[in-house]
Amino acid sequence: MSLRGKAAIAGIGEFRPSRYTEGATTLGMLAEVGMQAVVDAGLEMKDIDGLVTESFAESPMFAPATMVEYLGIDAKFAEVVDHGGATGAAMVLRAAMAISSGLCDRVLCVTAARRERRSNSGERSSASTGWAGRRTDRTPYSEFEVPYGAIGANYGYAMIAQRYMYEYGVKPEQLAEIAVAQRYNACHNPEAIFFGQPITVEDVLNSPVVVDPLHMLEIVMPVAGAAALVVTGARTARKLKHDPVYVLGAGEHTTHRSITYAPSLTHSPITAAADAAFKMAGVRRKHIDIASIYDCYTITVLVSLEDAGFAKKGRGGKFVEEHNLRFDGDFPLNPHGGQLSFGQAGLAGGMSHVTEAARQLMGRAKGRQVKKPDFAFVNGNGGIMSEQVSLILGRDR
Amino acid sequence: MNDEAMPYRKPLPEPGPASQPFWAGLREHKLKLQRSKKTGKVIYYPRLVSPYGPKDELEWVECSGKGTVYSFTIARRPTAPQWNDDGDYAIAIVELDEGARLTANILNCPPEAVNIGMKVKAHFQDVTAEVTLLQFEPA
Repeated sequence: MSLRGKAAIAGIGEFRPSRYTEGATTLGMLAEVGMQAVVDAGLEMKDIDGLVTESFAESPMFAPATMVEYLGIDAKFAEVVDHGGATGAAMVLRAAMAISSGLCDRVLCVTAARRERRSNSGERSSASTGWAGRRTDRTPYSEFEVPYGAIGANYGYAMIAQRYMYEYGVKPEQLAEIAVAQRYNACHNPEAIFFGQPITVEDVLNSPVVVDPLHMLEIVMPVAGAAALVVTGARTARKLKHDPVYVLGAGEHTTHRSITYAPSLTHSPITAAADAAFKMAGVRRKHIDIASIYDCYTITVLVSLEDAGFAKKGRGGKFVEEHNLRFDGDFPLNPHGGQLSFGQAGLAGGMSHVTEAARQLMGRAKGRQVKKPDFAFVNGNGGIMSEQVSLILGRDR
Repeated sequence: MNDEAMPYRKPLPEPGPASQPFWAGLREHKLKLQRSKKTGKVIYYPRLVSPYGPKDELEWVECSGKGTVYSFTIARRPTAPQWNDDGDYAIAIVELDEGARLTANILNCPPEAVNIGMKVKAHFQDVTAEVTLLQFEPA
């Protein structure tokens, strides 16, 4: 059974990203941003009958039950999604599935990341601990990667970039332009962490190399923040405050955790996820008005543009050169500034690609509004190009 | 990346139920991996079940330790605090001549000398009395 048009995004909540939180709990942030989304939809918490949340440090088990209890939700469907950066898009997919199966009708999807200044114990926020290869982690990752310093995400994306350059070639300027265009967008979004700080290609290429060949300004900056959506049945959404943003297509594909064992470094699982989403939606690539593509690194965007079918494999650099990726250009990409310039608030960073697409399609993006968009393509990417979830969102069923 | 006699502070592998022979092999400076009887493919990392299906069996074989750099990066900033004193270091995906890919460091050459397609061979790095890591160096 296709999910096409069965569910719609009806409400949005989002915190302005900040460098740090002080004394915040993830639970508290999840609750506040969730409430924001419910109010935005014109609903009350008692109207919510489904919850999709992330697992968070303060409650590694029983996260949905904790949330449900805290918010006073009577949930007929409650679960955790563990898809890294793809979690936000995957939450919408799962909410649409639950709704179309008749389990529930009004689902709250929430993500949040606190980020305390380094405490005396040396421990940072909950957002980064999952990567650190803690002693409790008994996975192939901790046994066969961590001992070699293959820790975090930077090194993996750098190895993708190196291999991509070897196989296809891309000019550093072309990769840099991706970061520059998104910064331009962020400079039209007062909520963005880098609002008011434009950059040039030279700035990107002059920023220090962190992991060859990636420069500092090609790498996402972790921040604190939160994002939430209310997804409802299509019929319900039409009665609510905003124009519904329909889930027209969805696709998912996961092939590996570590980039070492990925079937390919340059061809990602996005292809299968995006193809499935476009097929379900019955929408063609040329109909897409906004591309909201996960951008932890510039190389992520380049490979995603190709694998999602907007550019031919190996032609991503040329595509960047031939198109204007700014929100007022011919191929609006991440109008909110992307995570590179809006900020990556843990899993809420990935969710920001969904909230922005919805905001744009509702016509609520103010100073960065793309002109009359009908369709948006959203891609969530988790791990190191590991977990991919694509969505096609649209104003009309 | 040095083999000095300082106490070893970096994260150590904790051998799992499938990987004991692998780590024991490294201690003897031998590269022992599992090979799929069905496909003839050598797999990395060791597993309790074959990724090639339920009727497959995995057998331990000794590998050449020869391989090619498939991709790499140079960490100009440490990827974790335990590497803070290491300076720049190369992390690479090495494709063994037997086909399997794995991640390791390329030692005994400046990180800038590493490139894709570079021929490498196993370097058994005894980091503690119990643990030898599978590293690589120019062939």
